[in-house]
Amino acid sequence: MTTQYFGQRIKRNEDPRLLTGGGTFVDDVTLPDLLHAAVLRSPHAHARVRRVDTAGAEALPGVVAVYTHGDLPPSLQEPLPRLIPHPALVHHKTQYALARDKVRHVGEPVAFVVAASRYVAEDALDLIEVEYDPLPAVVTLEQAVRPGAPLVHEDAGTNVCAHYTQRVGNVDEALARAAHVFTERFVIDRGTAAPMECRGVVAQWDPRLRQLVVWDSTQAPIPIRNGLARLLGLAQGGVRVIAPDIGGGFGPKIMMFYPEEVLVPYAAMQLSRPVKWIEDRRENFAAMNHEREQIHDAAIAVDRDGRILAVRTAFLYDSGAYIPYGLTVPIVASTTLPGPYKIPNYHCEFRAVFTNKTIVSPYRGAGRPHGVFVMERLMDRVAAELGIDRVELRRRNLIQPHEFPYDVGLIYQDNAPLIYDSGNYPATLEAALQKISYEHWPQERARYRAQHRHVGLGVACYVEGSGIGPYEGCRVTVEPSGKVYAATSVGTQGQGHFTSFAQIIADALTVRVEDVIVITGDSGAFGWGTGTFASRAAVVAGSAAHLAAQAVREKTLLVAATKLEARPDDLVLEHGRVSVRGAPGKSMTLAEVAVAANPLRGTIPKEWEQPGLEASRYFAPPRGTFPNGVHAAIVEVDIETGMLKILRYVVVHDCGRVINPMILDGQIRGGVAQGLGGTFYEKLVYDESGQLLTQTFMDYLLPTTMEVPEIEVDHLETPSPLNPLGVKGAGEAGVIPVPALMAQALDDALSELGIRITEMPLSPNRLLEMIREARAQAPSPHPGPLPQGEG
Amino acid sequence: MKKRTGVVRRTTKARVVTPRRRNPVRTDAAAPPLVTRKEITVQVNGVAQTAEVEVRMTLVDFIRERLGLTGTHVGCEHGVCGACTILLDGAPVRSCLMFAVQAAGQEIMTVEALGTPDRLHPIQEAFRDHHGLQCGFCTPGFLMTTLAFLRERPSPTADEIRVALAGHLCRCTVYQGIVEAVSDAAARLRAGTPTPAPRARGGARE
Repeated sequence: MTTQYFGQRIKRNEDPRLLTGGGTFVDDVTLPDLLHAAVLRSPHAHARVRRVDTAGAEALPGVVAVYTHGDLPPSLQEPLPRLIPHPALVHHKTQYALARDKVRHVGEPVAFVVAASRYVAEDALDLIEVEYDPLPAVVTLEQAVRPGAPLVHEDAGTNVCAHYTQRVGNVDEALARAAHVFTERFVIDRGTAAPMECRGVVAQWDPRLRQLVVWDSTQAPIPIRNGLARLLGLAQGGVRVIAPDIGGGFGPKIMMFYPEEVLVPYAAMQLSRPVKWIEDRRENFAAMNHEREQIHDAAIAVDRDGRILAVRTAFLYDSGAYIPYGLTVPIVASTTLPGPYKIPNYHCEFRAVFTNKTIVSPYRGAGRPHGVFVMERLMDRVAAELGIDRVELRRRNLIQPHEFPYDVGLIYQDNAPLIYDSGNYPATLEAALQKISYEHWPQERARYRAQHRHVGLGVACYVEGSGIGPYEGCRVTVEPSGKVYAATSVGTQGQGHFTSFAQIIADALTVRVEDVIVITGDSGAFGWGTGTFASRAAVVAGSAAHLAAQAVREKTLLVAATKLEARPDDLVLEHGRVSVRGAPGKSMTLAEVAVAANPLRGTIPKEWEQPGLEASRYFAPPRGTFPNGVHAAIVEVDIETGMLKILRYVVVHDCGRVINPMILDGQIRGGVAQGLGGTFYEKLVYDESGQLLTQTFMDYLLPTTMEVPEIEVDHLETPSPLNPLGVKGAGEAGVIPVPALMAQALDDALSELGIRITEMPLSPNRLLEMIREARAQAPSPHPGPLPQGEG
Repeated sequence: MKKRTGVVRRTTKARVVTPRRRNPVRTDAAAPPLVTRKEITVQVNGVAQTAEVEVRMTLVDFIRERLGLTGTHVGCEHGVCGACTILLDGAPVRSCLMFAVQAAGQEIMTVEALGTPDRLHPIQEAFRDHHGLQCGFCTPGFLMTTLAFLRERPSPTADEIRVALAGHLCRCTVYQGIVEAVSDAAARLRAGTPTPAPRARGGARE
């Protein structure tokens, strides 16, 4: 191999296009005769729909069609598909494309207008009369599980749609005999992914070809294609779904279906004109899925030395008004909780609960931040109660390098056993401690205290599931131009697949990375796949790309051997040229081999199997691969304002072999920044009637350049044995431990006030409230320099 | 959100019938006739563009839909995210907060005028080198503000860069890469790295 791109900081292939305004996002797709759609959404959290009168809207010049539930064909009058069924999910309720007789959350679609322009379509929304019969709304989790609570779905007879328990060992016995047992309630509230590009769909129907083309800002174009074909009565080959450039996904852009994803294609077919719907930001807040809301009642049992004997959690999971995506988030939360620690007895159970709020589905982290928050908070509690240094406590409980593969004893979200494949948890922890100078912290802390500064340090550990199956595929083709084309159906939302997959393929074929053109997320280019989720693209699609490129490499040598009259093992492939070892004059370029592999006359030798330099390969991992990491931070709190300043933020992360350190660092830093937002600035607020009060960026605050600090990132590389590249996923790593880490750092910073953080997200206001309460109870109104706490 | 209505907040105490609102466009009777369309001329990336537009059309919709310059993106339509930032007479403005008619007679520069994929502007080159973008949706807005900012402050500190860009949201959050990129771009421009001439690209006319 002459060039080694794998592991190099390669500039991204996609950047020149994106930097010059040349990206194609869904809203950039424009077509002749294009119509524009707008959605009338429920202003009520819970109401019966008595009557919808669209006459006024239909009469408005420029309006082409107005749809309500009754106007849709039978297949679209059914509840939308159930995405991931689970035996424990007994009430798998999904939403209608347009509300039938009841609305169950603010923002639920009620009518759909298609008009000559979006302006006219929105005018028409105002002319639709809807008679609602408001019902009492179920807003909070605790309210929803109370006996006699209003029912989101009457026919279910309960708001609890699933109750699921997993156990390892015997927790009750361990709790009974443990030296110490500590219990705690943890509350995590709602947030939203807020990608900079809202959702959008454009559809075009060609009645002559019977071909439906859909541009959709989705993370899963193939499942969307398959579902559309079924709902609209078309062949799968008659539907092409393209996920073009996507302006950020982070999880909620994978659904099957959001109502608009079926309404736009249906209208385009019915009207025989292309239709575009672009979600606006206010819609995005109410109509794109949310995440995060859970309440955990947890307990930890330890022996005298702080060795974990048992952990138990029972939690409520808010699914919102429907649960199309199934139990992924709560299962991931309960299986991420054990983390890097040896926990001989573990009991986790959850109830998934309907409320009159926006649907919940995975958002970057997808339950992992919850699990880590609960576990790390419990560890901090033990450390504080037993007077053991928090890091020493963690050291005592870490899974050791010789214990891999480590079977946690649970079933993961992919229905496979939760087995950690590889890792070196003590080394990761020590590297992070060294980077943050943990051993000097007691002195440093004392110095800050002497300056009356409230500065704290946090260290949090996590293990995350990534790279789950079932499979992804890739087709690699060398064209007669010598350029290499690769197609995979996983979509890209900024992760750099156009470059990282190109690196993998360029190495196999010894071509320049810029000569590998990667096409992602277009069912017309590659028709098999599941999507970009669970930090899996590099692992699963990356491995498929590697296998396909290796197959093309072998084929190249086979074809060249015939032409150069040599044996394949006498050939060398270097710099995109095949030559005979020891006879450098006898050689062919890849382009020449590609031409030779597809002759116009003559025969194709049997061992070529097929013409051309092309191969498709699939990779189906047996189960997920498990990266791990440790984040550490030093944080200062202004106790007069509640404002927070991050003085240092350190990440040591191990996701196996690194394909492109620049892209990886970007993924980690971006995740941390989202974690900081979700810890300290972002919170979706509902009032008691179920109205979403945070529907703009002026009240839902995303972090800016002023809030996100420099993030120092280091990597360890413990390869995964589960895939040919040895890689593990990295997309979600950054976000996962941030709430746990910040809570510990804040506890440390505010230890003199006795503040312990058990809720997320916080805000400067909430923190100030806690500080004021604590100061009101404290003997001294001015917590000045106090004796140095434990490090 | 093309219509500037407030957030709907209704109590759920009683049966509510959505009131029928009158459509202002269709107002008739004795009121003076509303001006609903107007012809405007703007200089866009060095090309004069004359078009008749609805007076309620936002500038960003005009740029994207009428001129076909889709490099300028719509992120929030309420002036917070900065994705739609363009230069208006050289100053960065949010084109979602202006109507197209308000730009009449002025000069607009969009990202399409900066550099080409084959010949990036030093700012674009620096963003690429420092991984100052992931999904690329917010990027054009950052680039336009950076262009104006570096004209004003050719040698900014990292803190000054952070303040200058605080009005832009990047959700992939490559702020660290962006700050490094802007700092590096400033150095490149100071060192006299040749910049491609602004591309005369007014976009398509209908």
